[in-house]
Amino acid sequence: MVNNTPFRIGCAAGFSGDRTDAALPVVRSLIASGLPSFLMFETLAERTLALAQLARRTSPDEGYEPLLVDLLEPVLGLCLDHGIRIVSNFGAANPSGAATRIKALAQKLGLRAPRVAVVEGDDLSGLEHRAVLERALGASMPTEPMVSANAYIGAQSIAGALRAGAEVVVCGRVADPSLVLGPALAHFGWATDDWDRLARATMAGHLLECGAQVTGGYFADPGYKDVPDLAQLGYPIAEIDVEGHCTITKPVGTGGCINEQTVKEQLLYELHDPSSYLTPDVIADITQATVRSLGPDTVRLEGVKGHARPEHLKVNVCFESGWFAEGEISYAGPRAENRARLAARVLQERLQHIGALRIDLIGVTSVLGDDHSRWLASSPGSADTSRDVRLRVAMQHPQRDSAQKLIREVTALYTCGPAGGGGVRTALRPRLGTVSCLVPRTAVTERFRMVD
Amino acid sequence: MNDYITIPLYRLAHSRTGDKGNRSNLSVIAWHPALWEVLVAQVTEAAVAQHFASRQPRRVTRYLLPALHAMNLVLDDVLDGGVNDSLNLDGHGKALSYWLLDLPIQLPISLQPYLAGTDAQPAIS
Repeated sequence: MVNNTPFRIGCAAGFSGDRTDAALPVVRSLIASGLPSFLMFETLAERTLALAQLARRTSPDEGYEPLLVDLLEPVLGLCLDHGIRIVSNFGAANPSGAATRIKALAQKLGLRAPRVAVVEGDDLSGLEHRAVLERALGASMPTEPMVSANAYIGAQSIAGALRAGAEVVVCGRVADPSLVLGPALAHFGWATDDWDRLARATMAGHLLECGAQVTGGYFADPGYKDVPDLAQLGYPIAEIDVEGHCTITKPVGTGGCINEQTVKEQLLYELHDPSSYLTPDVIADITQATVRSLGPDTVRLEGVKGHARPEHLKVNVCFESGWFAEGEISYAGPRAENRARLAARVLQERLQHIGALRIDLIGVTSVLGDDHSRWLASSPGSADTSRDVRLRVAMQHPQRDSAQKLIREVTALYTCGPAGGGGVRTALRPRLGTVSCLVPRTAVTERFRMVD
Repeated sequence: MNDYITIPLYRLAHSRTGDKGNRSNLSVIAWHPALWEVLVAQVTEAAVAQHFASRQPRRVTRYLLPALHAMNLVLDDVLDGGVNDSLNLDGHGKALSYWLLDLPIQLPISLQPYLAGTDAQPAIS
């Protein structure tokens, strides 16, 4: 049965570690609209799931979004009272653990018990999936211990859980835009091969998935792109109609801005071929899409087309990849750059038997160089223009002891290096690597279940 | 003397970087539709590859989106392996869009009224 009423969905987090005070204005705005509404939290990135797996290894009750309580506590009661259903991927490596925690939070807050569903099937780290991954990865299969393997699953189980009456849906690795498409499927009852509508709602999800990046976050450039009240950014709300077209707005009284520029930047964010944006649900084509301002902080996206979904799902595999060491020291005043370069040569001479170093001169170049230090080598310096240079060196090594040597050599620059060095800081931490592959859709069994 | 001035790309367009693995994508979005054809003519795959020469991109692919007066530039293998493998402070390459915005552009003087920003007028070359 087709429902013609538009619905609204707000996004209150765009990554793990996002602000936790975004949700309340969004929820108040959803309530004021009077339309059927959903609230979305997107808290995963390429590495987040591996870190969550490591957390779960240490403690079986962990492995879900660490800020879950901070994110939900301000709004859970309001959402339950007003029928605003919550869709999230903060299950990470432990959706069941997250569901249990949400139930406990509701009890602590004196709320009625919410109906919580978990979406599962994305986790392919078990032995039973090993053969599929080996086939898919071939020579890229890591020889180091695997930490996580997660397929990007789609919107169908989210939609199923909502149709079954879930008030909170907790996923692990689903494609970010599926957090919007799931509610759209449940609300409108679209056919699963209604490719144009699926693609439109998917791109609405793409606009929302990074939270404030469509409302003026990650946008401000004084004199060119001025953003009002950047410190109090409002997070986005999409109103989606029965055709799948969307209008992006934000809560009244919040900072930030939505205009054609912010929407276009986010529309193209992390895109490859704009004629085939691949998701598990549909292939979206934005080559004919239009972005049009309808008024203050109100922008309409139309013209998205869709094509049949891919037969394969993307899988991210994370594995242990040794140790990362970095050290820094500052030089100031006359010939600061020359002294920093001398310190770099000392480190290279003393560490070259261990491995390659990356060198940056913060204040001269800290981003534009590359791991082979081509930029620095091509600009021998001695211009003596900077009065404040910070040397940074970094190295990756399979063995902890070897990586540790970099730390000791940078520290030794205090007494053994060039004149006037100060402020040594060092860090040593384990590294995770990732590889991606495609597995047949049939190798992944996604499902939802209600948690009692 | 001719009818062109040399100005940086940021007067014509804005940009945001995204990343997937060892691949960077940079949007280039015209401030005004009148500037679009200049971008198409000059922000080419070859020009972008040259601008990012120090990173030695394996390939630069350009996708045009005329309905948005925008383009998407995809640079393969420019992130030192990507966020999990590079030693770079900016492993995502998030700052690279602003490096691109320094690309010099030859602008017909007639299009000056459509430029963004308030930089001092560059000398006519």
